[in-house]
Amino acid sequence: MTSSLLRILALIRKEFLAVLKDPRSRFIIFLPPILQCLIFGYAASFDLNSVPYALLDQDNSVASADLLSRIDGSGVFRRQADLDKTKDASTWIDSSRAILVIEIDQNFQRNLLAGEPAQVQVIADGRNSNTAGTALGYFGRVVDDFNADWRSKHSLPGPPIRAVIRSWYNPNLDSRWSMIPSLIGTLTMMGTLMLTALSVAREREQGTFDQLLVTPFRPFEIMVGKAVPNMVIGLTQATTILLIAQFWFRIPFVGSFAVLYAGLGLFLMAAVGLGLFVSSIAKTMQQAMLYAFLLVMPFALLSGLMTPINSMPDFLQSATVINPLRYALDLTKRVYLEDAGFAQLWPDFLPLTLIGSATLAGAAWLFSRRLT
Amino acid sequence: MNDVSAKLRRIRALTLKETRQIVRDPSSIAIGVVFPLMMILLFGYGMSLDVTRVAVAVVDEDASSDSAALIGDFQLSPYFGVTVVHSMAEAKTLVMSRKADGALVIPSDFTRRLHSGEAEIQILVNGTDANEARIMQAYAQGPVAKWSLEQPRSGGSTSAGPVIVVDRMWFNESNDSHYFLVPGLIVLVMTIIGAFLTAMVVAREWERGTLEALFVTPMRAGEFLVSKFLPYFGLGMIGFVLCLLAGQFLFHVPLRGSLSLLCLASIIYLLVALGIGLLVSTLVKSQFLASQLAMLLTFLPAMMLSGFLFDLRSMPAFIQGITYALPARYAVALMQTIYLAGDVGSVVWPNMLVLSAMAAALMVLTRLATRKRLS
Repeated sequence: MTSSLLRILALIRKEFLAVLKDPRSRFIIFLPPILQCLIFGYAASFDLNSVPYALLDQDNSVASADLLSRIDGSGVFRRQADLDKTKDASTWIDSSRAILVIEIDQNFQRNLLAGEPAQVQVIADGRNSNTAGTALGYFGRVVDDFNADWRSKHSLPGPPIRAVIRSWYNPNLDSRWSMIPSLIGTLTMMGTLMLTALSVAREREQGTFDQLLVTPFRPFEIMVGKAVPNMVIGLTQATTILLIAQFWFRIPFVGSFAVLYAGLGLFLMAAVGLGLFVSSIAKTMQQAMLYAFLLVMPFALLSGLMTPINSMPDFLQSATVINPLRYALDLTKRVYLEDAGFAQLWPDFLPLTLIGSATLAGAAWLFSRRLT
Repeated sequence: MNDVSAKLRRIRALTLKETRQIVRDPSSIAIGVVFPLMMILLFGYGMSLDVTRVAVAVVDEDASSDSAALIGDFQLSPYFGVTVVHSMAEAKTLVMSRKADGALVIPSDFTRRLHSGEAEIQILVNGTDANEARIMQAYAQGPVAKWSLEQPRSGGSTSAGPVIVVDRMWFNESNDSHYFLVPGLIVLVMTIIGAFLTAMVVAREWERGTLEALFVTPMRAGEFLVSKFLPYFGLGMIGFVLCLLAGQFLFHVPLRGSLSLLCLASIIYLLVALGIGLLVSTLVKSQFLASQLAMLLTFLPAMMLSGFLFDLRSMPAFIQGITYALPARYAVALMQTIYLAGDVGSVVWPNMLVLSAMAAALMVLTRLATRKRLS
């Protein structure tokens, strides 16, 4: 028993040395998660803060000027040009210099004063229909404000019900607050799974795996020796991202570290298990790398990171049941932002435990089968 | 003359060797064929930003016929699944346990204030998923706005507002997200095949020592590179054709520009991706490092920093600066424009020019890097 433990410890030490002694590989373990975290944090947002638009004001009235000052004062819309004719709209949209072309009808003020509906036409560049939709939504809000003011100035009755919206856990509905805590799981999984898959494949390719086999190590010990260092590296990566989230992006962590790390530990078991699984199938490093990538992609895309799970078609929704990342994302976000505890999170802990033990057990079985 | 034919023969032999290596390695085929199909399936069917049904806990503090009617409207809406609860605490418990995504509170003065035309309701959304919360916020306007139209009021004017917005989305009238996903998908697929896969091919020969074996043959550096290049170029084009067919026949995305221009743009981008892959592979000489670097330099930017999903103009200035140095933004602009807007010269030619320059520079650099190592 003790000798087995000693052997495992020796292997773990060797594994750490193999990864950490090479400055380039040290670099590559920590640089990508940090860079990815920063890039995702700054870039991965569906919010818009700069919408270039071109204007075609055919009314040139006091009312249209009022509307325009609201548009330009919103801080989001940036006027690129004042057009003279409708035909010019296509030039600005086609060349991507404007997302919107706003056209104010020549009877705008007259209709407003007469109590008739006054029209504003907006053309949006639908090449990215998602961005276009968001920009149109922002514009709608500016017009709503204008309408509310116009009504109160001209003592017209407003809509009978006003919906006041408040948001829990993320007061400004900043999409960064949901994105960055999600990265703790996503980036750690990518890193750990690939690293594990490659560590065995590298030894196999360089022939050192055969040397390992003639030592008194049992397959189980080899597996533990490979799993533990990678889990430790994974936890270090997760902690790095957690620190960036708190101290760089200043997203307040309200939860409990014990709950978070318990969840991450289980999740990393699953990630390492999947990595070992890949490495027992792959014969070369290239295969290990590509298979790991092919495995990680659907996990990342079907996790709820980019798009909500409940708007996926049913067959894909059922497929996400075995996706450990799905539970890890839910868990990290809820611990991070909501201070959720074990009582609320058992629907995440239970599947993570099952998936973690199943993948590790499966990997152990495959491992010993391939070795004997 | 004899020289040239010998050269061609050597290239042919090496290309044949490389092609065999691809065909006999299931992982290359997986990335060349399975990966595009998987991405088509996931992006085509899995990625949707619409929340279909939001579970909402309703707290009715007013308990009047008006509040019941408003709740009825939420129940009728296809976007909401309504659970009526009796207190805020209960609503919060439902939200915390994920049985509800948000709450709707009808305050006790609802009916009274409704008659003076200034009733308020509160919509509380769970901001943990900011996007989902925002979509719910937008959906909630539906039943409320409908209510505004129905309730008779003394003023007599319509509630549609003094100013109405008539919007039109060009290039994608029906707001079908496949329209922007398919062009982006082509860029993603070519990036992976071009850069990620080739990042490993030269490094592999270094690690295994087979490159030294090649040194002693009469092969030249240029010939070596061409032979590495051709098979992966072929594989990349297979991925391109798969995406093209899926766009046409599965998702019915219109190709408004010319097919030849689309092919030309794809070929140039594939050359850039291959160039990055080979250059990294030649410089780093380690499969692990090369693949990680290729991932950082190509795949991540193609996904995040290209304008494929996220609007570039809203990113901080220094991130925008980075995107100009990376090929993905030019490729996505080209694909989206040629696909959806047509052959717009002012977009197509500048982007094409930048990509061609990048491709040429990468070829020269790779060639230089390889010569050094061989001598």
